[in-house]
Amino acid sequence: MGFLGQLLDPQQWFNALQWGSFYALIALGYSMVYSILMLFNFAHGDVFMVGAYIGFFVATGFLALASAGILPASGWLIFVLTLILTMFLTSFVGMAVERVAYRPLRNAPRASAAITGLMVGIFLETGNLALLGASRKTFPTLIETKTFQIGSVYLTNIKVLTIVLSLALMLALHLFVQKTKTGMAMRAMSYDYAAVPLMGVPMDRVIVLTFALGSALAGAAGVLFSMSYPVLEPYMGLLIGWKAFVAAILGGRGSILGAVLGGFLLGFIEILVAAAFVSTMRDLIAFSIVLLILTFRPYGLFGEEYSARLRI
Amino acid sequence: MKDWITRLGSPLMRWLGGLPLGSWLIGALVASLLEHVFGATLSYALWLHSLPAIFGLSVILSEPTLIPSVLLYLIIMYFIPTYIVARLSAPLVRRVEQHFSPRVYIIVHLVLLYLVLQVWGTVDEYRLLVLRLLGVGIMLTTSLNLVNGWMGEFSVAVAGFMSVGAYVSSVLMVWGFVNDDVFGPAVLPSSLAPFAFPIVLIIGGIAASITALAVAIPSFRTRGDYLAIITLAYVFIIKSAVENIDYIGGPRGFMNQPPVASFPVVFVWTVLALWTIYNYVSSTYGKATSAVRDNESAAEAMTVDTRRVKVIAFLTHAFWSGVAGGLYAHVIGYINPSSFGLVKSAEVLGMLYLGGLSSVTGSVFGTVLFQLLAEILRPLKLAKWLVIPVVLILVMVYRPRGLLGFREVQFPFLTAKKKEVEHAPAGN
Repeated sequence: MGFLGQLLDPQQWFNALQWGSFYALIALGYSMVYSILMLFNFAHGDVFMVGAYIGFFVATGFLALASAGILPASGWLIFVLTLILTMFLTSFVGMAVERVAYRPLRNAPRASAAITGLMVGIFLETGNLALLGASRKTFPTLIETKTFQIGSVYLTNIKVLTIVLSLALMLALHLFVQKTKTGMAMRAMSYDYAAVPLMGVPMDRVIVLTFALGSALAGAAGVLFSMSYPVLEPYMGLLIGWKAFVAAILGGRGSILGAVLGGFLLGFIEILVAAAFVSTMRDLIAFSIVLLILTFRPYGLFGEEYSARLRI
Repeated sequence: MKDWITRLGSPLMRWLGGLPLGSWLIGALVASLLEHVFGATLSYALWLHSLPAIFGLSVILSEPTLIPSVLLYLIIMYFIPTYIVARLSAPLVRRVEQHFSPRVYIIVHLVLLYLVLQVWGTVDEYRLLVLRLLGVGIMLTTSLNLVNGWMGEFSVAVAGFMSVGAYVSSVLMVWGFVNDDVFGPAVLPSSLAPFAFPIVLIIGGIAASITALAVAIPSFRTRGDYLAIITLAYVFIIKSAVENIDYIGGPRGFMNQPPVASFPVVFVWTVLALWTIYNYVSSTYGKATSAVRDNESAAEAMTVDTRRVKVIAFLTHAFWSGVAGGLYAHVIGYINPSSFGLVKSAEVLGMLYLGGLSSVTGSVFGTVLFQLLAEILRPLKLAKWLVIPVVLILVMVYRPRGLLGFREVQFPFLTAKKKEVEHAPAGN
């Protein structure tokens, strides 16, 4: 099958949707923080990693409860419980990162905050390595993989679940930001950071909530990712985190829709490049395309030229 | 508020007894020579397992019971001889110094510094390795400071530039002077290698600059975080590109570099880098660069060609990082693509922000401090990377501009001869 054939193959499109879901979920965390603080949360990829590990422990715990007869031994029930508890717990990781790395530096040069973010990331990786050792953990199977075929496309239930759940979470986030009062405060703060506190909006609470929401999504991404690729290791968040960051930029800084579309776009680029060329060339070509897109659209595909509200 | 660290220079000088710097260097030289003769005996007498390599810093955490011995060693071996010789030689040094022009003064001191480090280093192979890596680190940090400090952007490309410089210079050296399986027999006699090395390093630096041009042209149309993203993509692209070129080893790495990066070579290159960068930031271009950082529109109104200034600063950064990468490759003797990943960039960024932005002495200080800290923490192995982040976070929280941000350590002997201009950022 030639290049064009790969490009039009619905199987690849399906795979790309699944792969892009992870990027989109993580990219949302970058984008939300950026829209409010104009700051890249460089520890976010490692929050995703911690989320995957939390998911591992939570799932193992629930499975133990199920085998003890306390919970009904239904894979779907355990999956739902794991997902919810992991999202809840991971949001605290995000809040802790904000408290340690960003709040003390609210008025410092932004580059200093970038450094603390990087350092918190290194701390999380090494801490994990020191705590749990170098042996890799294998995520338990919660739901048996089932393959079914539509036309020429092979679908698995886990991939479909990943795509559907990611889209649902993104929709929920969208509704939260657009329809609730807190969401309005978040939008207002991304519009004018200085004026909002004057209107009596508790700034710290909104910022903490933003970190919590972004981290909960990263936690969900961690669980979904580990269900498809069940090998966990401390540096798993590094590459995928940086790539999600690039995806967030590709879509447009600080825009929620942009982050989602950027995530899916990067997923598509990577999967299609890997399918059409040699898979080792994936990063090279994918990032060259990203560079090219950014050359012509410096503010991302869906981002607008923001007023230079720089706080250096 | 008086800043203890800003004027580190002058109280230090006063505490040093008002003796000229030259006599201290002579003293240190004598102490290092004495260490060659008595070092082993003394460390044996003080129940030390071996000669304390880097001032016995690694002992602090691994064997705290040896701390008194190490302290005694430092006092007997270094402090007492240095002090006595410095005292005795001071009158002579003062008399000679009067006849020096500033240029001769600096050259003489650099030669003395080199001799001290060389003599001190040859006691232990490990010391020389640490010193050479320190030189490479200083070059990287100071050159990155041009972009992140004086220009006020955020670049993470330093590992990518290093990679280009390292690979280009390694390939040229191996092709030219080593009988290699891939590149065939040596083209030139290996006795010429040390003379060709500077040219090769410069070619490596220029290669890094050329790739930087590809980044710079799209980057400087907008301001803000754009450069951070573009350079991030650049590091990925370079790493992935090197991994895909099987001819130079791909992910397996590349070795067989001839051992031409001896300590004197690294020392000369480090001094050269510091000298050019210091002159650059003191020049009109340097001032223009800072002006762009502080207020781009105002700078433009003052007829600064902002885009040109940014590109030049960025290319200078790329050039020196490439040269440092070439040196690094020949110091270690082996490179692979993953040694030039984002982790490397994060390390250099850590050194830079520890020392402080827009400060040459800050960059040197930060690099030395970081490497010494790494030396102390070496016995902790893995936990080292738990402590270093915490230290850096604390520094950032309590001194967000780094230890020496936007200031230079004032050395009386320099300021007396050359009026120092402070580069404080406007509007903060």
